[in-house]
Amino acid sequence: MSDPSPLRVRAEEQAAHLPPLLARAEHLAGTVLLGEHGRRRAGLGDDFWQYRPVQPGDSRRMIDWRRSARGDAQYVREREWQIAQSVMLWVDQSASMRFASGQTLPEKVDRARVLALAVAILLVRGGERVGLTGTSLPPRRGNNQILRLAEFFSIDAPEDYAEPESRAMIPHARAVFMSDFMGDLSAVTAALTKAADRGVRGVLLQVLDPSEEAFPFTGRTIFESMGGTVVHETLKAGDLRDRYLRRLAVRKDELANLCRATGWQFQTHHTNDSAQVALLWLWQALNRGTGA
Amino acid sequence: MVVAGLEPGDRGMMLGPIGFAAPWLLWALAVLPVLWLILRAVPPAPIRRRFPGVALLLGLKDDDTVTDRTPWWLLLLRMLAAAAVIVGLAGPVLNPETDRGAGTGPMLIVMDGGWTGAQDWALRSEQAAQLLMDAGRSGRPVAVLRLSDPQPVQFQTAQAWRGRLTGMGPLPWEPDAERAIAALGGDTFETLWLSDGVAWPGQADVLAALEDHGPVSVYESWRAVIGLRPAQFADGGIALTALRSAPGPARDVTVAAHGRDPNGVQRVLARLPLRFEDGAEQASGTLILPAEMRARVTRFELEGVRSAGAVALTDDSLRRREVALIAGRDDREGLELLAPLHYLTQALGPSADLLTGPLMDVIPANPDVIVLADVATLAEGEEQAVLDWVEQGGILVRFAGPRLAASKVSRDNEDPLMPVRLRTGGRTVGGAMSWGEPKTLAPFAENSPFYGLPIPADVQVSAQVMAQPDPTLADRVIAQLSDGTPLVTRKKVGQGQAVLFHVTANAEWSSLPLSGLFVQMLERLSVSSAMAQPEVGDLAGTVWKPLQVMDGFGRVADAGNLPGVDGAELAQARLGPDLRPGVYQNDDRRLAVNAMAADRELRAFDWPARIPVTGMARADEMPLGGYLLAAAIVLLLADVLASLALSGRLIGARAAALVLMALLIPAQPHPAYAQDRPVDDTRAITATHEVVLAYVKTGDAEQDRISQAGLMGLSDVLFFRTTVEPDAPIGVDLERDELGFFPVIYWPITAAQTMPSDAAYARLNRYLRSGGMILFDTRDADIARYGASSPNGRKLRQLAAPLDIPPLEPVPQDHVVTRAFYLLQDFPGRFNSRDVWVEAAPPGAEKVDGMPFRNLNDGVTPVVIGGNDWAAAWATDERGNPLYPVGRGYTGERQRELAYRFGVNLVMHVLTGNYKSDQVHVPALLDRLGQ
Repeated sequence: MSDPSPLRVRAEEQAAHLPPLLARAEHLAGTVLLGEHGRRRAGLGDDFWQYRPVQPGDSRRMIDWRRSARGDAQYVREREWQIAQSVMLWVDQSASMRFASGQTLPEKVDRARVLALAVAILLVRGGERVGLTGTSLPPRRGNNQILRLAEFFSIDAPEDYAEPESRAMIPHARAVFMSDFMGDLSAVTAALTKAADRGVRGVLLQVLDPSEEAFPFTGRTIFESMGGTVVHETLKAGDLRDRYLRRLAVRKDELANLCRATGWQFQTHHTNDSAQVALLWLWQALNRGTGA
Repeated sequence: MVVAGLEPGDRGMMLGPIGFAAPWLLWALAVLPVLWLILRAVPPAPIRRRFPGVALLLGLKDDDTVTDRTPWWLLLLRMLAAAAVIVGLAGPVLNPETDRGAGTGPMLIVMDGGWTGAQDWALRSEQAAQLLMDAGRSGRPVAVLRLSDPQPVQFQTAQAWRGRLTGMGPLPWEPDAERAIAALGGDTFETLWLSDGVAWPGQADVLAALEDHGPVSVYESWRAVIGLRPAQFADGGIALTALRSAPGPARDVTVAAHGRDPNGVQRVLARLPLRFEDGAEQASGTLILPAEMRARVTRFELEGVRSAGAVALTDDSLRRREVALIAGRDDREGLELLAPLHYLTQALGPSADLLTGPLMDVIPANPDVIVLADVATLAEGEEQAVLDWVEQGGILVRFAGPRLAASKVSRDNEDPLMPVRLRTGGRTVGGAMSWGEPKTLAPFAENSPFYGLPIPADVQVSAQVMAQPDPTLADRVIAQLSDGTPLVTRKKVGQGQAVLFHVTANAEWSSLPLSGLFVQMLERLSVSSAMAQPEVGDLAGTVWKPLQVMDGFGRVADAGNLPGVDGAELAQARLGPDLRPGVYQNDDRRLAVNAMAADRELRAFDWPARIPVTGMARADEMPLGGYLLAAAIVLLLADVLASLALSGRLIGARAAALVLMALLIPAQPHPAYAQDRPVDDTRAITATHEVVLAYVKTGDAEQDRISQAGLMGLSDVLFFRTTVEPDAPIGVDLERDELGFFPVIYWPITAAQTMPSDAAYARLNRYLRSGGMILFDTRDADIARYGASSPNGRKLRQLAAPLDIPPLEPVPQDHVVTRAFYLLQDFPGRFNSRDVWVEAAPPGAEKVDGMPFRNLNDGVTPVVIGGNDWAAAWATDERGNPLYPVGRGYTGERQRELAYRFGVNLVMHVLTGNYKSDQVHVPALLDRLGQ
C-alpha cells in the first residue's frame, strides 16, 4: 500500500536539495574566470588561426580566395584546433564523508560535492564534457548534464568507506577523485593504475575535517566509524594522537607517491579552509593536465 | 536539614556521648556492602565518539594498561562518603541534653538579674531558655523572676515566657530582697535559681522565702565575677582596684582609661595592667597620668569584661583644679596663722594644685580659679588680663580685707571685677568697741549654690565690707548674715564669674575660715572638688541631673530625659530604677555614681548544704550531622577529582586551575610596582611645553564647553596678534590637578558649583601666593552689579572666602592692565560693566608730578573679579566663528574686539608683570630722542 502524497513530498524534498547545491556550485564557479581555451595550434575548429602559403598537397578548396586576391601568392586559411575533453568525476558519498566535527563546519561530503559541481560547471562552460566515472552518467555537454550531476550527488551511499569507481573509463580522458581516502588504499591504487593504463590522468583531492588532522581527543573513548562498522576503544585517547598523526602522514605520502607514479596530482583540502582555494587549485591542476 | 528540626530530648539512642535523633536510619549502613559490589562491577562509562579516522586507529594499543575496575581506594572513598551521609542524616549529637526542666507542677525560674550576671548573661539566658523549653514539653506552668526588678510572680505557659525572656537583660543594680520576697505570692512551686555566684545582702532571706514555697535547686556559674571599684585619687596617682568573687589562679586584667583626646574623639587614653595573684581576690595598681590627661578621663573599664560593675565612671574627684592664690600683702613674716592665704592653702591643698606668684606670671598658666585675698587695686594691664581671663570662663574669688575696705575700688562705679559696689570703710560688729553682737549666717536661700549646707552655730562674723544697695544686689547675694547684709556676692562676667567674700580669708574678721563650712562653700563654688564620696549632708537640698547612665552591660548612654535626683538620695547611692549608675550634674559639678560601690566586696554566696547546686559549665550539646554531611561533600569532591585523574581528563581541571591562578596572581599588588609606579606626567608635559590658559571645571558641562571655547578663541587671538603663542586650553579639576603650570586660570561661577575641599583650597592659595592669577567671572553683569546679592555673587563670596585674597579695588585708571598691550579703559565681555576688581594699590602709591601713572605695586594682581562673561565673548568654534552674540551690529563687534583686547592685556599683564608700567618713561624717552 503506497500513498502517493508522501512519495511526492519526499521527491520534492530530494529535489529541493538540488537548487541550493547548484546555486552554491554556480556561485563558486563564478569566482573563476575562464581564460583562452584554444589548443594553440592549427586544427579543426571554428576560430581563425592563421594564413599560410599554399603548399603542395593542399586542395584548391582550401585556398582562401579573399586573402589570395590581395596579392600574387595564394594562401590557405587555417583554423585553430579545438577539441572537447571528457572529464569524469568521482565523489566519495560514503558515510565517512558525512562527518563534521563542529556546528559551523560543513560535512566533508558537502564540501566535496560543491567543489565537484563547481568544477563541472566550469568545464561545461568551457565546452568540455563532464560525467561520472562508471556507467551511470557518461560525459556529456550542456547544462542539463549539470542538473543530472547534481541529482547524482544528492544520493548518499550506505557503506562506511567507498572505493573509487574505475570502470568504463574513457581512454585519455581526465578524472577527478574526491574522497577522504580513509578506507582501503588498495582500491585507490588499483583504480589509479587502471586509469594510468588507459592514459587517463587526473586529480586526487583529499577532503579532511580539521579534527581529523588535529585529533583533539582525550580520555577514555570508543571511536566508531560513521556507519558503526569499525570500532576502536581506548583508555587514553590523548596518547594515541602522535601515532594517529603519523599514520595519517604516511597515508598522505602513499597517495602522493601513487599520484607521482601515475602522473596524477594530489592535494589535501580541509573543510575549514575556503572552498575557493581548492577550486582554483583543481581548475589549474586540470588545465595543467590538459595543456600538454 | 533533618538535624536542624530536631527537638532536643528526642534522643532515641545513645552511643557513648553521642546520641542519634533518627537511629533507624543507621540500618541503611547495611546496604554499604551491596553498594561496594555495585560500584566495583561498573567501571566508569567511556565516551562514544563518531570519527571517520578510526580506520587509522585500528591496531593501536594503549601504552599503560589500566584496569577496568575502580581502584579500591576510590571505592573506599565513595563508601566513606555514603556512610557519612547516612550517619549524618541519622542526626548524631555529641553530649545530648538530658531534661532538667522536666517534672510536674509550676516552676519558678529565678535570676539575680543584676550587673553581676552580665558577664555570663548569654549563657544564663540560654540556660533559662533551655529550662523553659523543657518545661514547655512537660506542660508545666512557668514564671520567671528577675530579682533585680521583681514583678509579682505569674505562672504562664513556657511559650509566653520565651518571648519575654529575650527582653530581659541584666540591670545595672543589684537584687532587691524585700521586693523580691513580696513578689513571690502564696503558690507552691519548684524553684530553679540561676545564680550569678555573688552574694548580695538579703540573699539568705530570699532563699528561705523560696524554700517555703517548694524545693529549690541552684545553677551557678563557676566563673568568678570581676568588678572594678571607683577610681580614687591617691598620692598623685589614680588608685584602681579590681575584685573577683572567687579566688582562683593568677589572672591578668587590663584597666583602660577612656576619655576624649584633644580632638574630642573618644579613645583609650591609658591602660593599666592589673594582676590577681594566685588565690588573691583583689588586684590593685596605680595609674599615674599628667593632670591634663587625668582631667579628660571619663571612665575606667576592665577590658574584655562586659558588666556595669567593670566600669568605673569618673567625676570631678579626679579633676584637680588649678587655683592661683594671690595675696595683697605678705609683709607679716612669721605670723603664719594670720597670713591671708593660710586657710585657703589648708582648705584647697588636698584637692587642688596651687599656683603662687605674681599675677601676670600666673594668668598665662590659665588656672581654673584665681583667688585674690584682700587685693584692692590691680594695675591697668593686670586688670585687663584678669578680665579677659574671667570672660573666658575663669572663676575669680576675692576676699575682703582692710585694704579693700580702705581703697576706692568699686565705690562710685561698679568695678568689672567686683560683684557689687562697696560702701566706704566697711563695718565692725561685736568687737570690743562696738555695741552689737557678732553676726551669724542666715540659712542659705534656695537659689543659692550653698543651699542645703548645714550652718554650724559657731560661725561668727565680726567685720565685713558692706555692699551699696543697688537694684542688682539682691540677685547677686548668695550668702548673707542673719541681719540680711551680704556675706558672699557673685556676678557673671562673660563665661566666668567674680565672687566676693565680704570677709577676710583668714580668721581676722570671722570664724568662717575655721569651720568645715568654708571648705564646703569652696567646693560648691567649684573652687575645689570633692575628694571622697560626698556625705548626705553635703548634697542635701541639691538636685542632680543625670547626664549619662549605664546599662547592666556597662554601656554608657545619654540619659535622655530621665528626671533629676535629689542630692540626699544620690549620697546614699541606693541604686535602683530611680537612681541609675551614671554621671550626674549639678551646676558646674559632676558626680559619678558607680554600679560597684567603693566598699563593695565580691564574695560567693555560701549555699546551705541542703540546696543542690549545679554548675553551668557543661559540655555543650553539639549536633554532628552538619559536619558529617560536609565531610561527605568533601569526599565526593575528592571522588570527582580522583575519577577525572583516573580517566585522564584532569588536564582540563589543571588548565582551569592554572587560568585561575593566572587571574589571581596579578590581583596581588607587587610591592616593587606599588612603590615606583611611574607618575603619569603627560598632562604636565602638555601643560608646560607651551603657555596654556586654563579654566576651572565647574561640573556644568555647558559652562565648561563655553570656557573651553572662550579660552580657545582668546588663545587664537593671542597667537595671531602677539608673541604669546598658547596651546589649546586645559580644564582643571581643583580637587586633583596641579595648578602651578598655568599662568592664569579662568573661574566662571555657577550657582550649583560644589565647594572645593580643604586640600584644594590649600593648593589654590599656594597657587595665588606663587604668582598665579585667577579670573573670577560671575557672568551676571547684565542683571547684577558686583557685590549685589545675585546667586552667582553669593556663590563667589562663598567660594572665595577661604582664599588668600588681598584687599581689592575697582580697576584704577592707571592700572597696568589698562595698557599692558592695548590701551583700554573698559573691560567688556558679553556684558559691559565697569565693575572689575583687582588688588588694591598700596596706600603709599602717589602720583609723581610729570608722570602720567603712579608707580604701582610690583607683581601681578592675584585675582581679577568681574561679571562680564568674558568666555562667552571670546568663544569661537573650530573655524574661528564667534559662538555667542555680543551686542548688536557694529557696536557689538567693537565690544567683542574690546573683550579680546582685555583678554590680551590680561595675559600680557600676567606674563610680564609690571614691566609695562615702565611706559611711564615713554614721554621722557621720546623727549630724549628729540621727537
